Amino acid sequence: MKLPIFFATLLFFAVLPAPTFANPSLNTFETTLPNGLRVIVKEDHRAPTVVHMVWYRVGSMDEKDGTSGVAHALEHLMFKGTKRQPPGEFNRRVAAAGGQDNAFTSYDYTAYFQIVPKGALPEMMQLEADRMANLVFTPAEFAAEIKVVMEERRLRTDDNPRAQVFEAVRGTAFLAHSYRRPIIGWMNDLENLTWQDAHDWYTQWYMPSNAYVVVAGDVEHKEVFRLAKKYYGVHKARALPERKPQNEPEQKGWRRVSVKAPAKLPYLSMLWKVPRLRDVHQDRDPYALEVLAGILDGNDTSRLAKNLVRGTRIAQSAGAGYDGTVRGEATFTMGGQPAEGRSVADLEAALRAEIARIQESGIAPEELARVKTQLIAGQTYKRDSLMAQAMEIGGVEAVGLSWRDIDLLVDQLKGVSAEEVQAVARKYFKDDTLTIAVLDPQPMDTADARPASSAEVKMRH
Amino acid sequence: MTLAYLIILGCRKFMTMKKHFLKTFFSVLVLASFSAGATAGVTIEHWTTAVGTRVYFVETRGLPMLDVQLDFAAGNVYAAPGKAGLPGLTRGLLEAGAGDLDEEQFAERLTDTGAQLGGGVDNDRASVALRTLSSKPEREAALALMRAVLSAPTFPEAILAREKERSIAAIREADTQPGAIAAKRFVAAIYPDHPYGVSATVESVAAITRQDVVDFHQQHYAAKNATISLIGDISRSEAEAIADQLAQALPDSGVAVTLPPVTLPEGQTIKLAHPALQSHVRIGLPAVRRGDADYFPLLVGNYSLGGGGFTSRLMKEVREKRGYVYSVSSYFYPQLLSGPFGISLQTKRSQVNDALKVVDDVLTQFMAQGPTAQELAAAKKNLVDGLALRLDSNAKLLGYLSIIGFYGLPLTYLDDFPARVNAVTIAQVRDAFARHVPRDHLVTVVVAAD
Repeated sequence: MKLPIFFATLLFFAVLPAPTFANPSLNTFETTLPNGLRVIVKEDHRAPTVVHMVWYRVGSMDEKDGTSGVAHALEHLMFKGTKRQPPGEFNRRVAAAGGQDNAFTSYDYTAYFQIVPKGALPEMMQLEADRMANLVFTPAEFAAEIKVVMEERRLRTDDNPRAQVFEAVRGTAFLAHSYRRPIIGWMNDLENLTWQDAHDWYTQWYMPSNAYVVVAGDVEHKEVFRLAKKYYGVHKARALPERKPQNEPEQKGWRRVSVKAPAKLPYLSMLWKVPRLRDVHQDRDPYALEVLAGILDGNDTSRLAKNLVRGTRIAQSAGAGYDGTVRGEATFTMGGQPAEGRSVADLEAALRAEIARIQESGIAPEELARVKTQLIAGQTYKRDSLMAQAMEIGGVEAVGLSWRDIDLLVDQLKGVSAEEVQAVARKYFKDDTLTIAVLDPQPMDTADARPASSAEVKMRH
Repeated sequence: MTLAYLIILGCRKFMTMKKHFLKTFFSVLVLASFSAGATAGVTIEHWTTAVGTRVYFVETRGLPMLDVQLDFAAGNVYAAPGKAGLPGLTRGLLEAGAGDLDEEQFAERLTDTGAQLGGGVDNDRASVALRTLSSKPEREAALALMRAVLSAPTFPEAILAREKERSIAAIREADTQPGAIAAKRFVAAIYPDHPYGVSATVESVAAITRQDVVDFHQQHYAAKNATISLIGDISRSEAEAIADQLAQALPDSGVAVTLPPVTLPEGQTIKLAHPALQSHVRIGLPAVRRGDADYFPLLVGNYSLGGGGFTSRLMKEVREKRGYVYSVSSYFYPQLLSGPFGISLQTKRSQVNDALKVVDDVLTQFMAQGPTAQELAAAKKNLVDGLALRLDSNAKLLGYLSIIGFYGLPLTYLDDFPARVNAVTIAQVRDAFARHVPRDHLVTVVVAAD
């Protein structure tokens, strides 16, 4: 089960050397460098390995119309070179250390990581600190890399019917908020993105005060703090650009949209606007929404699989989820594929009926207990993975929450009552805040004159 | 928090757009399937139960949890002619009711223990995997349910019918998607007369009866054919007791199956029409089985060719220099019988021939000369020094344990791994590639070709 996270203040400047905080039960420690960079260390000595991550509090939601996709494009370009390192050197040195590296961009943040044998941590911190301030990419390198990004968009979205539905439902639900734009960017924006756009993005957002480092593994936190000061501490603090909230105006009526693409089964996506977690102590509804998502689609006994896939067999697949730990607008989504012979309307009615049943009759104590049992067991299972632990810390910090609140979030979820779940089902699932997107499957031969079945061509070498 | 990490485009957790997602995916896949490696400090205990089931155990006390996995020679290769899809259906239906518990009661009981049941089938194996808390009440309740699934699955007729319908719908859906079409056509072409090349079809799934499922279970889930892997917070004596009880729950029947040999396909290029914007390309042939003496030269060589992510030649030439692709990689996937060597990529359809030309040039040069001395050293360094990363959790170790057990690899395999990698020479790589990747037999599949 996903932990919800709340969002408070985005920016965090330390003007004085900050004290070191520690939570012994979590083996986690934190400090802040004079330039504003925060460093969070989770000690876990089970194996001689370490995860090193740098998170920047900037994602696609901070982009402007016309340059969508620049956050993600810059993420690609961060692997080019620096004033000190030639292109390709970053990957080469991680590989030479026996490590693996990667990066990812979301609406809310951009993050980079290396997983390495513990002895390689200083080198990784040196490399990551270097590209925080000294990135170099040429117009020619930009031109080649943006082609790679366009191929990525074709692969992930343009040839992927469900991804197109996803793009359509977000693009329709949000009119003002930047969550309406896809993270990877519109193709036309990618075609018109310039070296200058990417370079400006880097200089505006990549700085110590807009970043934090998460290290998890077989390390000693004081040594990590010392290394952080040595490598990251040399960068100067700078001011961040202003961020406008771009809050979405209240939706006053349902919206529907359809997407045509080659496929066999239709697909349905329903999105309601709901509150996000803001105050980890005072809020109740976000926790109840998270438990509601677990009741509908959290484990093998959850209602959508039990009733729609296994029971009435209306659905080939069905799911639900609450994304309440975000910087921007929170959503509750339900969706799936109707079974063969059933329509999208059948599935929509069945999904609505599941909400209606909870609105009218609530949930059983056993169902609630199961969600909590799996949540509690999951707290043990997650500790088997260093990456999962680092991701959890990074994820809560990304939206302005602290790693110190992780246990509190779990406790708050454990405290949700059946009445609270019923109450949020009644309160938020109104048609006025609903957006529905449907995949309208097309036979392949209408988009291409040659049916695949008869067009197989073989050639000998 | 559920990690969208590595799931990416899963529509629900739309967190990320990752720079090298496919690279990571492939390195996980390839390394996991390749380097059943180990490092200092991992002690594998091995014994055989009274009923002949082989057991592999690693004690780890760091976390109060236990993973148990059973592997059976019950993968897709064992489907009778005309019954493709039977192994997957049989594995799935194990959870459709057991003993006097129906499907819903079983799911409720298991969820109430806090445990998770997983597994699945690949070409060779069917797996049943349990993750549970190691505290005694939870552990014993979860293991009792696992034993019920293994000993007394009820295979209800109505649920079989439902799962057949869902499988057929999934097949029809996959047959419209270019990546899935390419993958299926590729295995059919490289294994033209072999069960490795046969994918489930609407007809083959429709033909499966309950008796087929019952028989398949009796024949392929037998105690003698099983391996049990355990890792976690239990003692050796507790592991022995758990393994004994699990083994005794298995059917004592079982048949010895002789699989037909794999033969090399004719070299050919297959083009399929599809309206996608990108062409999906698969190139390859059957190349290597588990335990082959050439495995290490192939593993080390492939790192430089297309297995080593951004440092590989294919990635540099096809992606970095020319921007043709988001993802390009090569892999060896050893199996019981000869498993595939493959190269895969996706590119804008108008430039697919240019991309294929670059791949061909890279492969030709690599086959002729092998890696450079510098590339060889880099490959060894990553594979040897990176071993620790691939063994740093119970979940990862369980994966290696199960491969060692199922394929009968030596227990010292893990300790030997660094020395075996470091012993590889350029000449050995060249020689192994020449014998295992005969160019005349390479099959190329292009979906969405013009």
